[in-house]
Amino acid sequence: MVNDVIVNTEDLNLWFGKKHVLKDLNLKIKEKSITAIMGPSGCGKSTFLRCLNRMNDLILTTRIEGSVFIDDDDIYKPKTDITALRKKVGMVFQRPNPFPKSIYDNIAYGLKINQVKKNKIPEIVEQSLKDTALWEEVKDRLHDSAMSLSGGQQQRLCTARAIAVEPEIVLMDEPASALDPAGTLKIEELMEKLKEKYTIILVTHNMQQAARVSDHTAFFYVGELIEYGETEQVFMNPKHKLTESYISGKFG
Amino acid sequence: MRKFKQKFGFLLLRLSILLAVIFLFSLIIVIILKGAKVISIPFLTQFPQDGMTKGGIFPAIMGTFLLAVGAIVFALPLGVFAAIYLREYGKSYRLIRIIRIGVNNLAGVPSVVFGLFGLAVFVKFFQFGVSLIAGSLTLGILILPIIIRSTEEAIATVPESFREASYGLGATKWHTVRHVVLPVAMPGILTGAILGIGRAAGETAPILFTAATFYTRRLPSTVFDEVMALPYHIYALMTEGTKPQYQVPIAYGTALVLLLLVLGINLIAIIIRYRARKAKTW
Repeated sequence: MVNDVIVNTEDLNLWFGKKHVLKDLNLKIKEKSITAIMGPSGCGKSTFLRCLNRMNDLILTTRIEGSVFIDDDDIYKPKTDITALRKKVGMVFQRPNPFPKSIYDNIAYGLKINQVKKNKIPEIVEQSLKDTALWEEVKDRLHDSAMSLSGGQQQRLCTARAIAVEPEIVLMDEPASALDPAGTLKIEELMEKLKEKYTIILVTHNMQQAARVSDHTAFFYVGELIEYGETEQVFMNPKHKLTESYISGKFG
Repeated sequence: MRKFKQKFGFLLLRLSILLAVIFLFSLIIVIILKGAKVISIPFLTQFPQDGMTKGGIFPAIMGTFLLAVGAIVFALPLGVFAAIYLREYGKSYRLIRIIRIGVNNLAGVPSVVFGLFGLAVFVKFFQFGVSLIAGSLTLGILILPIIIRSTEEAIATVPESFREASYGLGATKWHTVRHVVLPVAMPGILTGAILGIGRAAGETAPILFTAATFYTRRLPSTVFDEVMALPYHIYALMTEGTKPQYQVPIAYGTALVLLLLVLGINLIAIIIRYRARKAKTW
């Protein structure tokens, strides 16, 4: 895994104020695959994810050392265009957060800010909704408020919104944690489909989910990367004792 | 004994609320009783006649309307932008706190002081004279704290997740503020603006030296003309002139018009707020 590495972190450290949240993370993530990041609450997995699109910049006390390379480009170098980075690295959040606008406008929003030509927008909206298996459910009410959708539909809409701007990577921060089992299943099916076109990095504290959908799994514990490898190996044959106790349910 | 104390406490609370309501309603009733007699279509549409002893208050209604509109035209953009800066852009916590304390103190400054300030700055220094524009600017500064505070509160209630979603798509801060934060905050901002208009319409002291005149034969034709205004008209009717037997009823009529105007404006604000709360889905 050298040529197909899309994300590469080198000695990544992060502090919130005095709290050392991420410690010396070295992680290479393969493109067009699903990489799951699991670990108990507070282990820094969401914070790690938010390093990849510089969402942590919004928190004023953040301090970062080390490098994150995306497509061999250090995204923490001073000249980085953060808006361009975030277009390239999309994100789906823990709780569905559609804008209080219509279904259509939710997707069109990202297209407008990225200067997509006006006459292209309807077609991309339709395609994104089809890619997220939402089209059949909403095609007759595109101009209804997105808030009228169910939680699971909202989360797929948020995914459609993220992929409409054609990112390379989609960060998914526990996308199913607020959903019922049916909604969760749909999101997981969606991830399988999306990995043909996108690199998906999934944060989850649901081990079964990581085992079901991911190709690679990383296990974080209090800010450190404990184990990282192919999902099957991590679950069937963990190398580290902590990983073993975690997946056997001794803590978490 | 404890039970008695409890009952006594309740009684006291009930009495307080009853008294408050009684004062409020008696105010409205007194004004209506004393003012309703003189109100008629001509009273609302005609100029004063015979040295304020007859005729209507049309120029005062127009003057108050223009002053309030002028104040909001000036204060709304300034206040909204200031609030956006304080909430979304300001980085130095200390500076923001100092500004916020300043704004809150501005809200506590007696309104006659605003009047003197307006006289010194707008009337004299900028040489606007006693005029619609000087009065509007003075009232605008007076209601600026209301606008800033209500806008800040409205912006603060916009969920962080909306901002994150926008940034996550590659939006700039300004785009996020303009297309996500402001639309969601708009009902709150409008409510503040309308309350500001109501406040501006009712104030007397700030326009005393800056805009108001006892009597004009015509409506203002430019912003540099002086205007009549409802609150000042009441003051003038009660303190000047020599025929109180004619003037006092007109003053009460004017007071009733002003009261209805301000209550009506506040009612609009209440309706907007109520509708926004009902439409809120997150």
